[in-house]
Amino acid sequence: MEKRVFEGIKVAEFGGFAAGPGVGKMMADFGAEVVRVESFARPDGFRTHYPPYTDNEPGLNRSGCFAIHNNNKYDITINLKASGASEIAQKVIAWADVVIENFTPGTMEKLGLGYEALVEIKPDLIMVGSCNQGQTGPHANHPGFGSQLTSLSGFTHLTGYPDDSPILLYGPYIDYIGVGYGIISVTAALDYRRRTGKGQYIDLAQYEGGLQFIAPVLLDYLINNRVATRMGNRHSTAAPHDVYPCLGEDRWCAIGIFSDREWEKLVEVMGSPRWTHDPKFSTLPGRKSNEDELYSHMAEWTASFTAEQLMERLQSVGLRAGVVNNMKDLYNDPQLKHRHIWCKLEHPEMGSFNYESPAFQLSETPAVIDRPSPCIGEHNYYFFTNLLGFSEDEYNKLLEQNIIG
Amino acid sequence: MSFTNEENWMLGAFRALDLTNENGFLCGKILGDLGADVIKVEKPGGDQARNFGPFFKDQPDNEKSLYWFAYNNNKRGITLNLEEKTGRDIFCRLVKTADFVIESFPPGYLEGLGLGYEQLKQINPQVILTSISPFGQTGPYSHYQASDLITMAMCGMMSLAGYPDRPPIRVSVPQSYMWTGMQAAAGTLLAHYYRGSTGKGQHVDVSAQASMLCTLAHAPTFWDVNRVIPTREGPIMSGRSVTGAKMRTIYECKDGYINFIVYGGPAGRITNKALTEWMNEEDMATDYLKNKDWSTFDIATVTQEDIDQIESPAAKFFKTKTKKEFFKEAIKRRMLGYPVATAEEIFEDPQLTAREYWQKVEHPELGTEITYPGGFCKFSDASCGIRRRAPLIGEHNEEIFEELGFNNEDLRIMKQSGII
Repeated sequence: MEKRVFEGIKVAEFGGFAAGPGVGKMMADFGAEVVRVESFARPDGFRTHYPPYTDNEPGLNRSGCFAIHNNNKYDITINLKASGASEIAQKVIAWADVVIENFTPGTMEKLGLGYEALVEIKPDLIMVGSCNQGQTGPHANHPGFGSQLTSLSGFTHLTGYPDDSPILLYGPYIDYIGVGYGIISVTAALDYRRRTGKGQYIDLAQYEGGLQFIAPVLLDYLINNRVATRMGNRHSTAAPHDVYPCLGEDRWCAIGIFSDREWEKLVEVMGSPRWTHDPKFSTLPGRKSNEDELYSHMAEWTASFTAEQLMERLQSVGLRAGVVNNMKDLYNDPQLKHRHIWCKLEHPEMGSFNYESPAFQLSETPAVIDRPSPCIGEHNYYFFTNLLGFSEDEYNKLLEQNIIG
Repeated sequence: MSFTNEENWMLGAFRALDLTNENGFLCGKILGDLGADVIKVEKPGGDQARNFGPFFKDQPDNEKSLYWFAYNNNKRGITLNLEEKTGRDIFCRLVKTADFVIESFPPGYLEGLGLGYEQLKQINPQVILTSISPFGQTGPYSHYQASDLITMAMCGMMSLAGYPDRPPIRVSVPQSYMWTGMQAAAGTLLAHYYRGSTGKGQHVDVSAQASMLCTLAHAPTFWDVNRVIPTREGPIMSGRSVTGAKMRTIYECKDGYINFIVYGGPAGRITNKALTEWMNEEDMATDYLKNKDWSTFDIATVTQEDIDQIESPAAKFFKTKTKKEFFKEAIKRRMLGYPVATAEEIFEDPQLTAREYWQKVEHPELGTEITYPGGFCKFSDASCGIRRRAPLIGEHNEEIFEELGFNNEDLRIMKQSGII
C-alpha cells in the first residue's frame, strides 16, 4: 500500500453542519487523522435537526445527513463552556496540525481558542475559519447558513423561470463551495508549511468563494450594465436546450444542441418528421425565436422513449444528452458505480449506509472510505488515552468534571 | 490576526500547463490565484470558449469574452498545434519544465497523440497530470459528450430544482464547469502535497458528474436511509421535519424576493423570536407568534399546521418591506435570512467593499481597467488574488518560447507552418 496523501497529518474540527466538516471529511478520506469535537450539550445540528433518520425516528446517531459528511473521523465530546474545558481543547489542538472551525466569527475567541491564543501553543498551526461573510467587516458577526447565503450571493435570482418566483437550490449549496476552497487552502498551506516551517490563518468567507462561481454575471453588470436573470433551461446560443418528458412517471432527458450541424443530426435521429422541414427551424436564430413551438414538437417525440434509451441513442451519434437522474437513480448509475462513488459500510445504529467518495481519483493514493461516521463521543476514551496519552485517572477526572460530556 | 501586505505566493515556484476547455478553466485559475505560473496552451486561433458571451461592451469578439476574462486570468497564453509533430516536441520540452499538466480533452485523445500520462511520466517523472472530463477517463459513459445542462441533469441536481408542475431546471449560469474546475484543483493540490513528501507524481481523474454530487447535500441519503426520493418542490423545502412539514424558502417583498426559512436549532430559535419582536413593533405579530415558546421550538418534529401559523403572518409582513430594509434588520437583529440579490445589489454590499474583495485589473488592450472578484480566501501569511488579466491569443508565444531557448527565426518558421 502506498503512503496516504495526508499520512501523519492530524486535524481537529470544531463547529458543525457542512462547511467545516466537509473539509475534514475529504482530509480523512485521504488519510488524515481527523477528530470531530462536539458535546452532548451542543451536538452537531445535522444530528439534532436534519432528517433522514433511520426508521424516521430522530436520534443523535441516526441521521443520514450527519453520516454523509463525517465518515472516517474520530468523535469526542468536550463541553467547551465547562470550566477547565478550554485547556483540554487546547491540548487537542496542540496534538493537531490543522484546526477547522465554522462557528460564527468570535466564537472560538470567546472559548479561549482564537488563533492568537493557539499559535502560542502550536506555533506552526494551520487554522481555517469558514463562515458566511468573513472574519472582518461590518457583517462579519452575522450568523448564517448556506441555505440563505446562496440567495445573497446571486444564485437564487439566477434559478427559475423569468415569469415566476426564483428557486432556492436544494441544501446549503454555497457551503460546498466553501468546502472546496477550504480543502484547496488547507492543502496549499500544508505544502507551504512543509517548505517554510510556517503555519497560518485562513479566513474563508463562503460568500466570497461563492461569487467566483458567477463571475461572468458580475462582469456583465459592471461593463454592460446588464442584470442577468433566470431563464429556465434556455441558453442564449443553443436550441433546443432543455429537458424533455420521457416514458414513465416524472422521467426526463436533457438535450442540448449547439450548432446547425448538431441539429441536422438530431433531425436524422428523429426520422426527419414533417415539422422539421419548416425552414424556421433550420437555423439557430430561427429555433431561438420559435422555442416554445420547438419544445412542444420535441416533447411529443421524446415521450415515446425512456430517458435512458434517448440518452444512449443521441450519445451514439455524438449528441449531448443525459438522463435527469433522481436520488434513487444515482445509486444505480452505471458510471457512478464504475467510479465506486458509493461505499457501503455498517454503522452500529443505522445499519448499512452508503458513504460518498470524492469527485476525483488519484492513481497512486486513492481515497479510502473504511470507517462509518462516528456516534457522538464514540472515541472519547480511545482518543484521550491512546492518542493524547491521558492516564485512566486523568480521563476519569475529566468525566467527573463534566469536561468530557 | 494580522494579514500580510507583502506579496508572498505559496505556489510561486511551480508551473502548470493548462490545456483545458471550459470544464477546467477554474482549476488553472485557482492554482494561479495561489501564485503558480500557469501557461494556457491553446490551439492556433484560440480556444472555442473565447466565443462564450457575455462580451466586453456587447461586442462579440474572441478577444473580448467576459467569460474568458473571468476564468483565465492569472494565466499566460501560448498557441500550439499538438496534432503536428513539431508542436508535440515543443510541448514535451514544456512538460520538462512543468509541475502540473491540466487537460480536458476527450478521454484517450492525449494517449493517441503519444502524450498520455505514461508518456509524460517518461519525460518528467514528477509531473502531475490532471484529466478532466464529463464522466471520467474510464467507464461506460466515459465517451459521452456533455455540456453544463447534461452534467446538471446527470449529477442529480436538476431533479431537486424547479416547480413540481414544470420540468426540472438548472441554474441559468453554468455551474458544473466551476465545480469541476474546483474539484480538479483540489485533486491536483492533494497530489502535489503527496509529491512533496514522496517525490512521486500521479494521474488525477476528475469527473464533472461526480464533481457536483456534494451539492446535493443530504438529498441522496433520503433514498439510502428511508427509500424516499426527494424531488423539486418550487420555492418550498421539505426534509427538515420527520412529519413531512414543508417550509417556504422564498417570499415576495416590496421590490422583489427575500429568502427566509423557518429554522430550528439555536440560530433558528433566535431568528423566530427576533422576527416576532420585529413584527410586534409594527403590530403585525399574531397571538400564535406572541404566545409561542421559541426556546423549545423543534424543527425536526414540527407539524405543517405550526409552520402555516408562522409563515402566513410572516408573508404578509415581508410584503411591507423592501429587500434593503429586510437586509438591514436581519443583520441588526441577528436573524437568519437574506435578500435574493442581483448582480447590481452584490456590488452595493458594504461587507465586500470593507473586506477589499473587489480587485481592479488593467486591460491596456481595451484602454480600461475591469473590476473582478478578488481572492477566494484571505491567508495571514500568503497572497491570493489576481496578478494578471487573461491572455490574448498567443500573447506570450515569444516570451515563453524564448524561455525554452527558441530564437526569432524558429518562431517565424513555427508561425508560418501553423504550429503556433
